[in-house]
Amino acid sequence: MSLANWLGPQEWQAVALSLRVSLVATLASLPFATAIAWVLARRSFPGHGLLSGIVHLPLILPPVVTGYLLLITFGTQGPVGSLLKPLGIVFAFRWTGAALAAAIMAFPLMVRAIRLGFEAVDPKLEQAAATLGAPRVWIFATVTLPLMMPAILAGATLGFAKAMGEFGATITFVSNIPGQTQTLPSAIYAFLETPGGEGPALRLVLVSVVVAMGAVLLSEVLARRAAQRI
Amino acid sequence: MSLSVAFRHGFPGLDLDVAFEAPVGVTALFGPSGCGKSTTINAIAGLLRPDSGRIALDGRVLFDGRTNLAPQERRIGYVFQDARLFPHLTVERNLRYPARWRRGAGRDFDRIVEMLALGPLLQRRPATLSGGEKQRTAIGRALLSDPALLVMDEPLAALDDSRKAEIMPWLERLRDEVRLPILYVSHSVPEVLRLATTLVLMQRGRVTHSGPLETILADPRLAPELGAREAGALIHATVEGHEPDGMLRVRTAAGPMLLQEVEAATGQELRLRVLAHEVILSRDPPQGLSALNVLPATVVQVSGGLVQLTLGDQRMLAQVTPRSVETLGLTPGAACFAIVKSVSVLPS
Repeated sequence: MSLANWLGPQEWQAVALSLRVSLVATLASLPFATAIAWVLARRSFPGHGLLSGIVHLPLILPPVVTGYLLLITFGTQGPVGSLLKPLGIVFAFRWTGAALAAAIMAFPLMVRAIRLGFEAVDPKLEQAAATLGAPRVWIFATVTLPLMMPAILAGATLGFAKAMGEFGATITFVSNIPGQTQTLPSAIYAFLETPGGEGPALRLVLVSVVVAMGAVLLSEVLARRAAQRI
Repeated sequence: MSLSVAFRHGFPGLDLDVAFEAPVGVTALFGPSGCGKSTTINAIAGLLRPDSGRIALDGRVLFDGRTNLAPQERRIGYVFQDARLFPHLTVERNLRYPARWRRGAGRDFDRIVEMLALGPLLQRRPATLSGGEKQRTAIGRALLSDPALLVMDEPLAALDDSRKAEIMPWLERLRDEVRLPILYVSHSVPEVLRLATTLVLMQRGRVTHSGPLETILADPRLAPELGAREAGALIHATVEGHEPDGMLRVRTAAGPMLLQEVEAATGQELRLRVLAHEVILSRDPPQGLSALNVLPATVVQVSGGLVQLTLGDQRMLAQVTPRSVETLGLTPGAACFAIVKSVSVLPS
């Protein structure tokens, strides 16, 4: 039995969709997470605590609440959703919505990991670069970013893993439509609700474990390689 | 070429009010830890914005309250105590880092690499360098940023004695070969003696005195700031020739002197250190002494157990007890003889 037909078509769809959703969610939110982490680590301003609180909200709120808030904001009738609809950007009940939900849920974890990276880079090195004539943007690109690459990789992996496992907010926001919005956890949930679905569910559980372990191992390797260069 | 500094800055527990001029050469900023030396050079380099004041380099205003140039625009090469090499870049890429942003920077790459003997290190990473190699790289990187002024914040403080001895000749070479004013922060008298031409003394956020090194060293009132063991004059000497018994005959402003166990060629310039506790005073011409260097002198002033003497144009210090001052009548203008027990030659 080959790997291709070890999984049924619906199971394959769920796995492929989940990988796409998680990858898009991670890559699209990484720049924002880095920017917010920089602001939180390096800037002091009134409202610093409030910003930190808002960023961490998805970690604390029940996922169902986050999903519902996304639905009433980004739904086709919602204040943001109705603005984006004429532009052809629709989130509700689409895979893009699943990616948005996954990104929002993974965001605090990514920010936390990357923020630790910023705090570990010695600002004295950036000062030294300034005395050598380098503009601030260049210092960021050539000194700060390379030195915190392990933290960015850790943040991305954590975010990817969280996105792969996201369930509550996703199912609330974009429902559980096979081939459209049925991610891996949603598919496991659906199979467990169906008589005789234990087999497919167990196979998807195995896939989840393998993907999660693979992501962690890959990030370990990349982080070690990045750290060796330092 | 000169640096002109005058600024005030308040810290919790320390108010700085610093003013001095640094002419061409090596100006040493000397004082105990916590007196504000590092804050002062950070203000000069633009890493700290003072509350008020004016800092100008060669007439170019770096800071005056309205103007506040960024560190990038000041053209001040900074050698930090902890080197601050970029850990993810090789020595070569550290050295070439400034080249992109400073016109003329990097032009002297080969010359500076050769001067500091960095060639064998170019492909190494900072983590694999010794403390001395790191500092040499940091000095090279600062020089390659095409600076108008080089500031060095205790570049030897983090090194052990043998590493210090390894780096010192490079700093002297720097002073003698690179036509660049240098501001050197230190709390070590031996370093200052070997490198500095001008001395700025700081205490508790204030500049107490500043001037040429020789003048400051021969001022008995400033001896406590430099440390009692280090009190004593610095004398310039020219080698005249060798005696048949191997001793070296030198000419100084204080008169002829004889030196023992010194390797030097005729005509060579030497810097002699005569410590105050190596000088004995006598009112009468001494006879039957083993000391070879006996010089006629006149008392200028007496302060805190130190007598300042003038010998021709040369000032010198002698350490005496209050009782000797009393019994010998060592008052300003008194004629006496300075018996120099030993002289050390500073490497140059």
